[in-house]
Amino acid sequence: MKIIILLTIFALYENINHSGIPVVDFDTFEPRLHLKNDTTYVINFWASWCLPCREELPDLEKLHRSYYTKKVKVILVSLDMPDQIESRLVPFLEKNNITAPTILLDDPDFNRWINKIDNTWGGAIPATLIYNKEGRVFLNRKTHYEELENIIQSNTIKP
Amino acid sequence: MKKLVLTSLLGTLFVTTLLADGYKPGDKASDFRLMNIDGQYISLNDYKSAKGFVIVFTCNHCPYAQAYQERLIAIDNQYASKGFPVIAINPNDPDVSPGDSFDEMQKRAREKKYPFPYLFDETQEVYKMYGAERTPHVFLLKKEENDFIVKYIGAIDDNYKDATLVTKKYLENAIEAVLSGQSPEPSHTKAIGCSIKTKKQ
Repeated sequence: MKIIILLTIFALYENINHSGIPVVDFDTFEPRLHLKNDTTYVINFWASWCLPCREELPDLEKLHRSYYTKKVKVILVSLDMPDQIESRLVPFLEKNNITAPTILLDDPDFNRWINKIDNTWGGAIPATLIYNKEGRVFLNRKTHYEELENIIQSNTIKP
Repeated sequence: MKKLVLTSLLGTLFVTTLLADGYKPGDKASDFRLMNIDGQYISLNDYKSAKGFVIVFTCNHCPYAQAYQERLIAIDNQYASKGFPVIAINPNDPDVSPGDSFDEMQKRAREKKYPFPYLFDETQEVYKMYGAERTPHVFLLKKEENDFIVKYIGAIDDNYKDATLVTKKYLENAIEAVLSGQSPEPSHTKAIGCSIKTKKQ
C-alpha cells in the first residue's frame, strides 16, 4: 500500500513522458540536492546541444558504470527543451549508450533556483555538483573522469 | 573528507578570484573598440547622444541566445530612441564554435534584420573585462559625465521558452528604473546559458 501511495505521489509530481525521462521543476528536484545517506551524488547539469557537455558526458557515463555498485550515484540533469526529448535528447542518449539516470529539469525561472544549486554558479553549462552528507564540491566548468574520481575518493567512502 | 573540504575551499577561492575580475552593479565599465558585421569598428564613445547602453554578450549557436533574438530586437526598437541602444557582442572563438564565425554573424544579422550592431570580440578581452560568463548575458550601462556606470547585470527576463509567459521583465524594468533616475531592483540576476567558448590552450 505504501508503495502504491509513494508511486502515486511520484507520478503526480514528476511528469514521466513516453520516453521514460522524468520532467521535473526545481521544487520537485531540490530534495535530491540534500540527501543525507551514505551515497555520494554526482549531479551533472548539461544539454544535448551543448558541445562541452557532450565532450564530458562519456566520462560521467564511465563513472556511473564503474561506481554504481559502490555508493556513488551519477544523475544527469538535462536542461534540454521539453519538446525536444523525443527528437533530440533520447536519440542522443541512445546513440552514445548513456545509461546513467537522466532527468529533465524544466524550470525557466532560472534566477529563482541557480543559487540554490551553488551560489558561485553563473548559470553556464556544463556544471557538476558532487556531494555527500559530509560536504559539497561544485565545478563551474567542464570536468573529466580523473577529476571526478579524485574528488569521490578523497572522501570517507572508499570503494 | 579533509581533502574534499580543502578542494571545496580551493574551488571557492578560485571562483571568487574569477568573479572579482568582472563588473558588479555600480562599477565603471570600460569602453572598447570592436568590429561590427559591416566591417566598421564601434566604440561606446561614438554614441554622443546615448544615455546608456544595453550590452548583450550573445552568439548565434546557443539555443538560449536564439530564444532571445526577437526580444532583443524589441528592446532596441523600444529603447534606442530613448537613449539606450542595444549593442550585441559575440565573445565565442569560432575555432571552437564554428556557428559563431564572423561570416555566420553577418548571415544571422541579415536574416533577423538586427537593428543593432553585432560586434565580434575576436581577442576575447572584452567579455573577460566585463565578466560575462554565458550567452546571453546582459550589462546595462548608464552614461554619467564621461563614465559608463553598470546598473544591471544578468538575465533578460524569467522565461526563455515563451515570451508570453514572462512574469518578470528584468532588463526592461531595469532600463525603466534608470530612465526614471532609480536604481534597478534586482540589479543582478542569473540565468542558465551557454558557456563562452574560449580558445583552446
